Amino acid sequence: MGNILNQIGIENYIFLSVVLFCIGIFGVLYRRNAIIVFMSIEIMLNAVNLLFVAFSTYHQDAQGQVFVFFSMAVAAAEVAVGLAILVSIFRNIGSISIDNLKNLKG
Amino acid sequence: MDTNLALILVLTPLLGFLVNVFFGKSLGKTVSGAIGTIAVAISFVVSVLLFNQITSTGKGIEVTLFDWIQISNLKINLGFLLDQLSVLWLLFVTGIGSLIHLYSISYMHDDENMHKFFAYLNLFVFFMITLVIGSNLLVLFIGWEGVGLCSYLLIGFWHKNQDYNDAAKKAFIMNRIGDLGLLIGMFIIGSMFSTLDYATLKTAIAGASNLNLPLLSLAALCLFIGACGKSAQIPLYTWLPDAMAGPTPVSALIHAATMVTAGIFMVTRLNFVFDLATDVQSVIAIIGAITSLVAATIGLVQTDIKKVLAYSTVSQLGLMFLALGFGAYEVAVFHVITHAFFKACLFLGSGSVIHGLHGEQDMRNMGGLRKAMPITFWTMLISSLAISGVPFFSGFFSKDEILLTAFHHSIPLYVVGSIASIMTAFYMFRLMFLTFFKEFRGTEEQKHHLHESGSLITIPLIILAILATFGGLISLPGNSWLNEYLAPLFTKVAGEEHHLGTTEYTLMGVAVLGGLLGILIAYVKYFKQDNVPESNENITGLSKVLYNKYYVDEIYDAVFVAPVNSLSKFFRDYIETGLSAAVFGLGKIANEIAFQGKKLQTGSIGLYLFVFVLGLCAIVSYIFLAQ
Amino acid sequence: MIHIPDFAHATTVQVIFCFLAFITVITAFLTIFSRNPIHSAIYLVICFFSIAGHYLLLNSQFLAVVHIIVYSGAIMILFLFTIMLMNLNEQREVHRPRITRLGAIVSFCLILIVLITIFINSKPIVGEYDSTGEDFQSIKVLGKILLDEYMVPFEFASVLLLVAMIGTVLLSKKEKLNK
Repeated sequence: MGNILNQIGIENYIFLSVVLFCIGIFGVLYRRNAIIVFMSIEIMLNAVNLLFVAFSTYHQDAQGQVFVFFSMAVAAAEVAVGLAILVSIFRNIGSISIDNLKNLKG
Repeated sequence: MDTNLALILVLTPLLGFLVNVFFGKSLGKTVSGAIGTIAVAISFVVSVLLFNQITSTGKGIEVTLFDWIQISNLKINLGFLLDQLSVLWLLFVTGIGSLIHLYSISYMHDDENMHKFFAYLNLFVFFMITLVIGSNLLVLFIGWEGVGLCSYLLIGFWHKNQDYNDAAKKAFIMNRIGDLGLLIGMFIIGSMFSTLDYATLKTAIAGASNLNLPLLSLAALCLFIGACGKSAQIPLYTWLPDAMAGPTPVSALIHAATMVTAGIFMVTRLNFVFDLATDVQSVIAIIGAITSLVAATIGLVQTDIKKVLAYSTVSQLGLMFLALGFGAYEVAVFHVITHAFFKACLFLGSGSVIHGLHGEQDMRNMGGLRKAMPITFWTMLISSLAISGVPFFSGFFSKDEILLTAFHHSIPLYVVGSIASIMTAFYMFRLMFLTFFKEFRGTEEQKHHLHESGSLITIPLIILAILATFGGLISLPGNSWLNEYLAPLFTKVAGEEHHLGTTEYTLMGVAVLGGLLGILIAYVKYFKQDNVPESNENITGLSKVLYNKYYVDEIYDAVFVAPVNSLSKFFRDYIETGLSAAVFGLGKIANEIAFQGKKLQTGSIGLYLFVFVLGLCAIVSYIFLAQ
Repeated sequence: MIHIPDFAHATTVQVIFCFLAFITVITAFLTIFSRNPIHSAIYLVICFFSIAGHYLLLNSQFLAVVHIIVYSGAIMILFLFTIMLMNLNEQREVHRPRITRLGAIVSFCLILIVLITIFINSKPIVGEYDSTGEDFQSIKVLGKILLDEYMVPFEFASVLLLVAMIGTVLLSKKEKLNK
């Protein structure tokens, strides 16, 4: 079986992940709801993972996939802690709009 | 054995000091005084033992405790050198020291801080012994600084009086100036010969082929400046009269008999250095003569009994330096010893008088004490005769030798010295007449309480008076035990002055006549005519200048103190204000920037993210596109 | 250069890729634009499934499975639970100022242009893709690599997850218990 990339082309994967990544950034900027912001961050992470896998195939090397594996572990941990923080914020101020989080004001 | 003796000698006073400092208050006054006295007395006994050993063997004892400093080729031991000179000094330091300690038990008995007084005195004796027996200049320097410290502590002993504190500070600062000179001298010698040890130095100088004489002279001059500070010579003498603020035993011990002779000791110790620096020797002789004359003239009109004695001390020290300047070290040493006897006796006598009058020091309020205080009177009279150079008292021999030496080297300086001697005789007997003769001029209450001091005070007086009488016997003209004893120390052949010819006898006669003349003038003026010095406001003319000590303090004030003060004021008012403004300005600028920058921190996370993305764009495009 | 697919002669693989890519991008956008968070979450699940499809297309079955388990299974469940816990819905959505939307769109376009320009500018890929024929991404091989070469990071990842678990429990515990 030949390389699948012969039929699709690595550049298509690159463009797909760039677009996904930018959608993630857009979501982070566009939405005020902290949970949606979180989801956008997950989209960004997935864009990067996709690129890793694509290049892993391109190089015929398993290292990229191993990295994706670790990246997933970190993402899982991050989501768990992040959502816990969100819950605790919600419990304290009754809202998860990031406009209401003004404690960083100097 | 020798090491043990030396350690006992040095450490006993230190032990006394420690005991008195830590336990003195609880031990009580008498015990504390006894401890102090016994500590010094032990040192005296050890000194006598060492003296016996040295006179029998004729050799000095060297004790090296340990290597102290070792830097490249400079090596300094902590060691002691017990030779003829240091043991001689030890004898009268510890001997007179013991007597004065004994005296102080009675004198200071009313003082609440008596244990402190004895602690300081013991510490002083410790440092003085260190100074004297050190085997190199650095050990001498330890003692030198230590006695300066004790002097400061004891002058300011009655620290509740601000004038006394000022006097103590003055003494300390004046001494510091001299100490700087001593240090520089030590540095020069250390860099020239890589040693500060006396014995090594002596051989190094003797063996040196091409010696850098100008540099050595500079070292000698610097050392002499140190001696000037410690031994109260022009221009650093003004602290000594003020130092009379301390208790009288202190004046007797430190500011008459022992500490002020440290300069003479140092010069004698380093005679092989000074012998080579002939120019510096001339400077020493001239300064000594001038100091002697200036101090004597000031002493003529002083009315405070201790001030008179203080100026007399300065004057006598000047005479000693005159002898040193001519290279007649043994003569200077002789005068140091006799002077220690009679000046200590005089100070203790004046202390007895002050004690009897409950603190009165002004001679205008004394008089007629002869009957009330016979022992004090007689001992002081003997000492006055000795200092005036009346024949067969000790001062006669020593002073006469100085003048003889001066005559052989320089007639003008001989004349200056002789005039100073005549003046000495005059002011000493002015003191005697004003204090002990005629009617009592003080208050009725004082008159009522007049009494002879106790035996603890009179016994030291009597012993010192005996020494003042017979002390001259150690160096009779022509047959001098002292010169033979000290001969191993000096390189040059002593004895050229000792063939007694007609010149010598004539000079002796002149000196005696001069002394008697001074006594006679004092007798006429203050006994026959019954003059009493006028009160301060009525003094006019030359006496006013003299009474105000040639305004030297005022001149120093104007020349040194005032400019420094105004400079400090200038720095305080302008430089520091400017600096503070600059510093505060910097702070304000930083504060302002921070205050403006703070507004950027809106706390809006949305804005932060937006700016973050823009920054990311900028950085990424810079890295990948701007090539 | 952008390779424009020739739809007339597209292979099956190409058609599948285009379909999956289309779904991925559309659902990602819908995730962001949905006013209801629950809808967002569901669109996100679809997005993740399509990405898993990409993985399968690239022949990395193991990752595809793990991805579905972790993201679609665990993480999305967490999201949904959180949303329901907070009782979020369209009514609670706050009004967004126009300037924010404008800024977001501007930065989206900007970063998209910048990144695409970078990739277009970079060296084009020429020639055939390598195909060693070696098995490099089966579960067997990955398992060997993970537990051999990447043993220590693997263990650290487990520690990380443990710590995250403890942290989560601590954070979401009711603070009243402490008082």
